Amino acid sequence: MSALLIIIVLVLAGVAIGQAVRIFEISNALKGKDENEITDDDNKRQGWYMLIFMFGMFITFIWMSASYWEVMLPKSASVHGKEVDNLMAISMIVITAMFVVTQPLLFYFAFKYKGKKANRATFVSHNDKLELIWTFIPAIVLAGLILYGLSTWNSTMFRPEDEEPMIVEIYAKQFGWNARYSGADNQLGYANVRNIAGVNVLGVDDTDGASLDDIVTTELHLPVGKPVLFRFRAQDVIHSAFMPHFRVQMNCVPGAVTQFAVTPDVTTVEMRKEQDVIAKTATINAIRKAKGEELYEFDYVLLCNKICGSAHYNMQMKIVVESQEEFDNWMSSQKTFAETL
Amino acid sequence: MSDIQSAETMHTDTHDHSHDDHHHEANFWNTYVFSQDHKMIAKQFLLTGIVMGTIGMMMSVLFRLQLAWPEQGFPILEKLLGKWAPDGVMDSSIYLALVTIHGTIMVFFVLTAGLSGTFSNLLIPLQIGARDMASGFMNMLSYWFFFVSSVIMVISLFVTSGPASAGWTVYPPLSALPQAIPGSGAGMTLWLVSMTLFIVSSLLGALNYIVTVLNLRTKGMSMTRLPLTIWAFFVTAILGVLSFPVLLSAALLLVFDRSMGTSFYLSDIFIGGEVLDHAGGSPVLFQHLFWFLGHPEVYIILLPALGITSEVIATNSRKPIFGYRAMVGSILAIAFLSFIVWGHHMFVTGMNPFLGSVFTFTTLLIAIPSAVKAFNYITTLWKGNIRFTPAMLFSIALVSTFITGGLTGIILGDSALDINVHDTYFVVAHFHIVMGLSAIFGMFAGIYHWFPRMWGRRMNKTMGYFHFWLTFISAYGVFFPMHFLGMAGLPRRYYTNTAFPMFDDLADINILISNFAILGAIAQGIFFFNFFYSMFRGKRSAQNPWKSNTLEWTAPVEHIHGNWPGELPTVHRWAYDYSKPGMDEDFVPQTIPLGPGEEETH
Repeated sequence: MSALLIIIVLVLAGVAIGQAVRIFEISNALKGKDENEITDDDNKRQGWYMLIFMFGMFITFIWMSASYWEVMLPKSASVHGKEVDNLMAISMIVITAMFVVTQPLLFYFAFKYKGKKANRATFVSHNDKLELIWTFIPAIVLAGLILYGLSTWNSTMFRPEDEEPMIVEIYAKQFGWNARYSGADNQLGYANVRNIAGVNVLGVDDTDGASLDDIVTTELHLPVGKPVLFRFRAQDVIHSAFMPHFRVQMNCVPGAVTQFAVTPDVTTVEMRKEQDVIAKTATINAIRKAKGEELYEFDYVLLCNKICGSAHYNMQMKIVVESQEEFDNWMSSQKTFAETL
Repeated sequence: MSDIQSAETMHTDTHDHSHDDHHHEANFWNTYVFSQDHKMIAKQFLLTGIVMGTIGMMMSVLFRLQLAWPEQGFPILEKLLGKWAPDGVMDSSIYLALVTIHGTIMVFFVLTAGLSGTFSNLLIPLQIGARDMASGFMNMLSYWFFFVSSVIMVISLFVTSGPASAGWTVYPPLSALPQAIPGSGAGMTLWLVSMTLFIVSSLLGALNYIVTVLNLRTKGMSMTRLPLTIWAFFVTAILGVLSFPVLLSAALLLVFDRSMGTSFYLSDIFIGGEVLDHAGGSPVLFQHLFWFLGHPEVYIILLPALGITSEVIATNSRKPIFGYRAMVGSILAIAFLSFIVWGHHMFVTGMNPFLGSVFTFTTLLIAIPSAVKAFNYITTLWKGNIRFTPAMLFSIALVSTFITGGLTGIILGDSALDINVHDTYFVVAHFHIVMGLSAIFGMFAGIYHWFPRMWGRRMNKTMGYFHFWLTFISAYGVFFPMHFLGMAGLPRRYYTNTAFPMFDDLADINILISNFAILGAIAQGIFFFNFFYSMFRGKRSAQNPWKSNTLEWTAPVEHIHGNWPGELPTVHRWAYDYSKPGMDEDFVPQTIPLGPGEEETH
């Protein structure tokens, strides 16, 4: 019933506006004005609005950059992440510069050359020199960005051969994560979803000798400064292992194994002492306090970043980066695969 | 061809349909419903696109309510979503469904069919001086396949297990297994059926556009005298013909995997407590096939908008488009490059990193022709005599969003940087600005500019201004702050961000975004009113209301079958002789022969 009333009200409002417009149009017609012709006044007004919009846009841009600075991710907690952050900073400076040059030109020209009936535009159809300039300048800038980008990409993706990383499997399923450490032999045992049974939730093959010392955990602990090679598997659908603080992301694809190597270089405890992190945590805790929620302490997280089902939004695993000693202690408290069987 | 020629020779007077001996008597059905006239088909595409666009937009408002105010009940959600929103709080499955269908509708139904379908149909014959499309019948089929496809997509919203909800990119295995998400049941089946019909529609349309542009140009209309709109539609159609069939094959293999037990995309899956039989497939294969369409699709959406803008900016700056040849060249360059960059959507799929390097290289190359286009638009304004019609405002807005969104593409196209912003709100901001906003602004520009050509009436200027400013401001208000969310590491497609305390401080930004989204949606009310009111009651338009050069304004205001009474117009010059020195007026239609001693500009 209320829906019907709402519809009736909307229809009547529409009719009323229509009639008002009609009256406006008829009165204009009587005065001999064509209300749809674009007058010099319109051009003047819209030209000014364009200029005002431009200033508004830049003020907002600066304001947002300043006040949202704090919400952005803190400094990278991995070695390659520092390079990525540098590349990001330089790219951001380049695109901001282009933004700051082109947008004002666009809006300023719109303002400056707002038309008058009596005026006439200048006839310019092309200018080869100018066009060459703005083909080559972007080309050169991009060449620089491409070279820098590719060198960063290569050093992130292709690790030195002599480095002996610790191999850890990240296993994704709806809606949670597991980690499997390769144990003393630094070799992961063969696994396939066809072996999943009982406590063997990762489908590890118990006939493979390498699997016996594997250690399956629900938290990811990493020793600081040590290269880790993550090998990713998924049980059901595609997931994406996203560790934003380490600038790491790789999809977990059922039927395939993907990988990503990373060297964490800031421990959780150290990160909690970073100025940025302290400020961000304080802001968050002020919000949480007001809502009566549990207080937050900074932790690294692994989250799922590929749509994977109804609880996609809540698929997380805590990551702890700690000293080798603390890591070894924690490790020794975990059960090997052989012990769980 | 021969039909058109005979129509031309037999033509005697301006009365509707009088020249047609091979058409049936005009009646309601063949005039308004199963029409083969390109102008009517254009209107049909536009109206269907607007209806779909409204659905897509309303969906975005619904999920924006959820994102800004999670856990808070809204009676409107309960009313609209029923069992999916107990106590007015939507559940997470329907959230994903809304995002999925919003994306599908906007990308395919509004910005592909609604934009390209409308304006290619309206403008190709009118601007090249043809009586109609090469095949009116195929053209009609193209619309009706689109219509049926839209209906099926809307029906899929009402199935018991919910509509498709694996994201608009429908990556398997999620989209292949109903056990993984309920929307991958009947909803996904209907989605695939609808998309298949959509592809048929798109191919029928595109083939027609290509043939028409190549064969039916009037005397004097060489390819280098084509308005940039036609170049854009022509290249768009070629992109569509080359890429949509690949999507069809991707969809077909998905159908096989879903219903016939094949394993193209599926391998080693344990779900719902059992291991599936599928073995040996690769989910990444689907992504390759999907994005082989998916990336050209971005330009299928964008190029028509850029073409429309070129025309609108030149006309309303009263200046030739700056660097016509460079504009055509950059359209061709963008089109070519769009086929060799699809891998930039897949940097983190585990694809060989070397391949990632190649795709980074090709992707960043696109910035060059795009920069050329942006600079040429800006220079077209320079020393112009700008007339701010609502269409012109939307065109300038398009250039602005094209630049803003294009620039962040330089971040995302760089594989090393993509690692950390991939699938975050940074991506959402990027593609909505560069593709969504630019294309929809182009579409609005087209509607405001060619409304008099379509309905013979003018849209109300003042309402147009209000609509523009509210839309432009709220568009930036929605998508600009999203960059910061992305830089904070916030993943897209999260039903709520409350599961991670580290995102708590983003709640305010999300509220700001949602407020702008609601404002933007309300602003479209002004447009709808203006559009439908003007259609029936708007002031009658003069034949050439914008003092434009192109051929469509030489045809009579009243639509007639065959477009021009008597002979087809002959073309003597390019479309951009605005403010040419030595001419009486600041425009010279293409049909005017060169004066004595006048030099051809182009």
